[in-house]
Amino acid sequence: MLDAIWLVPALPLVGFLVLVFLGKRIGEPLSGWLATAMVFGSFVVSVLMGLSLLDAPDHTFELSLFSWIPAGDFQVDIGFLLDPLSMTMILFVTGIASLIHLYSIGYMHGDDRFPTFFTYLNLFVFSMLMLILGNNLLVTFLGWEGVGACSYFLISFWFTKDANASAGKKAFVANRVGDWGFMIAMFATFLAFGSLNYTTVLPEAPGLAIGVATFIAVMLFVGAVGKSAQIPLFIWLPDAMAGPTPVSALIHAATMVTAGVYLMTRVNPLIAASYEWVTWLIAGIGALTLLVAATIGLAQTDIKKVLAYSTVSQLGYMFLAVGSGGYAAAVFHMVTHAFFKALLFLGAGSVIHGMHDEQDMRRMGALRKLMPITFGTYVIGWLAISGLPPFSGFWSKDEILTYALNKSPVLYAVGLLGALLTAVYMGRQVFLVFYGEPRWNDPIPEDAPATAHTDDADDAPVDEAAHAADAHDEHAEVHPHESSWLMTLPLIILAIGAALIGFINIPFGDLDFLTRWLEDVDDLHANEAHLPYSSATILLLIIVSTVVASLGLALAWLTWIKGVLPRSLWERRFFLKAWYYDELVTRFMGGPGRALFEAIAWFDRTVIDGVVNGVGAGAQLAGRGLRRVQNGYVRSYALLITIGAILVIAFMFTRLLVR
Amino acid sequence: MGVQIVVFAVCAIVALLGALGVVFARNPVHSALGLVATLFAIAVLFVNQNAQFLGVVQVIVYTGAIVVLILFVIMLLGVDTDEDLDTEPLLGQRWAAVIVALLLIGGIAGIFFVEGRGEAVTGQVAALAPIVPGIPSTDAQGNPTTAAGVDTFVRALPAEQQQAIGEQNITQIGEHLFTDYVFAFMITAALLTIAVIGAVLMARRPKRYEPMPELEDTSYEDVDELSTTGEVTG
Amino acid sequence: MNVDTIDLNAGYLVLAAMLFAIGAAGVLVRRNPLVIVMCVELMLNAVNLTLVTFSTMLNDIAGQIMVLFVLVVAAAEVVVGLGIIVAISRRRPGATADDIRVLRG
Repeated sequence: MLDAIWLVPALPLVGFLVLVFLGKRIGEPLSGWLATAMVFGSFVVSVLMGLSLLDAPDHTFELSLFSWIPAGDFQVDIGFLLDPLSMTMILFVTGIASLIHLYSIGYMHGDDRFPTFFTYLNLFVFSMLMLILGNNLLVTFLGWEGVGACSYFLISFWFTKDANASAGKKAFVANRVGDWGFMIAMFATFLAFGSLNYTTVLPEAPGLAIGVATFIAVMLFVGAVGKSAQIPLFIWLPDAMAGPTPVSALIHAATMVTAGVYLMTRVNPLIAASYEWVTWLIAGIGALTLLVAATIGLAQTDIKKVLAYSTVSQLGYMFLAVGSGGYAAAVFHMVTHAFFKALLFLGAGSVIHGMHDEQDMRRMGALRKLMPITFGTYVIGWLAISGLPPFSGFWSKDEILTYALNKSPVLYAVGLLGALLTAVYMGRQVFLVFYGEPRWNDPIPEDAPATAHTDDADDAPVDEAAHAADAHDEHAEVHPHESSWLMTLPLIILAIGAALIGFINIPFGDLDFLTRWLEDVDDLHANEAHLPYSSATILLLIIVSTVVASLGLALAWLTWIKGVLPRSLWERRFFLKAWYYDELVTRFMGGPGRALFEAIAWFDRTVIDGVVNGVGAGAQLAGRGLRRVQNGYVRSYALLITIGAILVIAFMFTRLLVR
Repeated sequence: MGVQIVVFAVCAIVALLGALGVVFARNPVHSALGLVATLFAIAVLFVNQNAQFLGVVQVIVYTGAIVVLILFVIMLLGVDTDEDLDTEPLLGQRWAAVIVALLLIGGIAGIFFVEGRGEAVTGQVAALAPIVPGIPSTDAQGNPTTAAGVDTFVRALPAEQQQAIGEQNITQIGEHLFTDYVFAFMITAALLTIAVIGAVLMARRPKRYEPMPELEDTSYEDVDELSTTGEVTG
Repeated sequence: MNVDTIDLNAGYLVLAAMLFAIGAAGVLVRRNPLVIVMCVELMLNAVNLTLVTFSTMLNDIAGQIMVLFVLVVAAAEVVVGLGIIVAISRRRPGATADDIRVLRG
């Protein structure tokens, strides 16, 4: 039964191949349905696999399909490793991906490149599943690069806009830095172990020299930082919002960006075998990222950018959990986050769709009456991410905070502050979008601290709104409307998930199903930090975080509904500009960085290209001379053959005479 | 012994004259006739070497089928006009041909006589499957039986047994062809079928008749230095 | 050891070498494709003669069987070669080997 695991990635691959060759012919609605069906089929197979896995010994199953690279000592198979970790991942990836596919059929309606969009989506799902299921680092890397490429394709999906194209490039370059780390880690792993298979490498990790283990772990962490948009490589994710909203939901919120967390969880024995400071590094980066991203989220005016920074911030929580030894907590938050963030993004997409491609929150407001379903589901997502019980985000975030406290009170304080800010910026968003006065046709207030659209030149490029920006003037009147069932149905399902998924792991008694389920993953349980807290302490922590979250929501209410607190308290220009990080990067790359790159480029042009071109020129010269031999006369060729025969005879003579 | 030498001498002369005729006759029909002469002479030489079966096959297949086929094509295409042999458009081609031919004769014949008779070329001396049954594979000194040894042996046999060797030849070829070489034999069947189909396809008159794109006149201006490279020392 | 026999075998080999060389020269010199085919046949026959001679010298029947296969291949070669010549002549009557030179560098 478990042998059929290959079907899980194979189905989206089939969808991709069919759409690549026949997409244009299949046409608009049908190609979307085909892609959706493939991913949904993959989900069904995953569920069946999950049921079978319950009976498997150790809840682990490994399948090697075929030998991919048999080169001497270097043997790599295309193989799958199914254990509770990858099982959990593929379940929510395929599940959420099917919903988002369904949503996209409605959202992308009328787009010229409708089939192409679904081609990319299916390729993405395939790559993501390879990433998760791969039983060695190279297959994971294959998926890793695949999702990166799809992300690039989809960010610049509307590539006719300059901003979208450069946003794609930015994502590509930032990811490349991370991929470099991943590759170095792979080389080092092969050198150290002579294999890339998880089942070979990971059990041997404790015996590894501590320096080597640290090196590999840090390099893998560099890869994870790039893919999961942590400081210092987080800059690409907000810009990635230039892609269609379903893409933001699927790739840049729910699945791909969590690949870094998955990788860290997968190689936890390596981290355990490293120096202690590696965990501090991971936790520190996570904490820093979650705080910085949360402050930036406070001041953004673009509805999707708020969510983007929120994603960065939540990923920071996950790394905080990994660094604090809470691997199960990280996976738990990954799952809950996938639900509520996909929900929020799809809700935002629904709003954007209903507002005729308006993305600026300052031109929204009072939408709760006009878009009741979107509003209702959005509120659930909002409460979930803000961390109010009993919604899902509460449970997972609280568990992470518990681990953070165990690691260090400072990390706990940072996490708590982040939770407060999360509640504030999400409250701000909901109040701006769904409450207050309708401002649909207002001009953008130029005196406001935030002027995202006019600052596009140096601020990060944006939005799909841009591609419809001209439409604003034509449609003087905006009439917001609720979206079709294709879009609201996924919202409702995701809302149910976002509300309830937290109950898979409640930190009391025997209710922590997910943690116990994940115990079978290699050394996950052994390497987890063990919490010294009693149930009473945990209850106290829960109350504290609930109070903090409620406080954040209250502050937001006081600011944006009541107007008691000044908005400028939160919406600072420094935050809007993302701490001027982009400018900093630009300035460095434009100054000293540029000089260095010029030097490298010069070396490349003259020395490297010189050698390469020299070889080419030599071949060309030789070819020009030898061309004359091919003069077309059969008899000349015959003469050459005969001469060759005579040379062979001459050779035989030499052998005979020498003897 | 004497008879064999005489037969060899006569046939060798016929074969060489015929071969020269093939090369030097202006009319392709005359070339074909020269070829027939050579092939017949070679058939006789086969018989002279106790290869009776091959001699017969040579006559049937070569002179009977192949040359007739060639003649047939000559008549069909009406190319039985004289070829202008006085000019050679390719610069130095003739001289190169002469030199190459001399080098070939010298090289091939020379290699036969450098050391022993043929061991260097064939690479083996062992007598695996005797043409003449009953010959010991080694002589009294333990050396492999040479051709001379075979000949001595055959000549010592009574007359009727010598005659029987002809039949032995056919039997043996049959035995080996259908046991050791049966796979190759079957492959040749496929080869012949493919050749026939290919020939039919190529010679078929195409439905849409497209004359070959007219080439520029065969001018020989760019064939200079290449053909003069014929002076390679063997 | 019979000296005459040795000389006779050597004679066969030299004759074969000469026939081969004459055939090769013919291929190089003649322009009529049909004559070229005939010269190739000449060369093949020289090889056959060599094989039979070796067969006698080594007292090994394999050489004669090889000749049989050469015969078959030669027959196939002639059939295909003549087919090509017919096809070409039909499109360009009177073409010589030098005229067919579309494929050149």
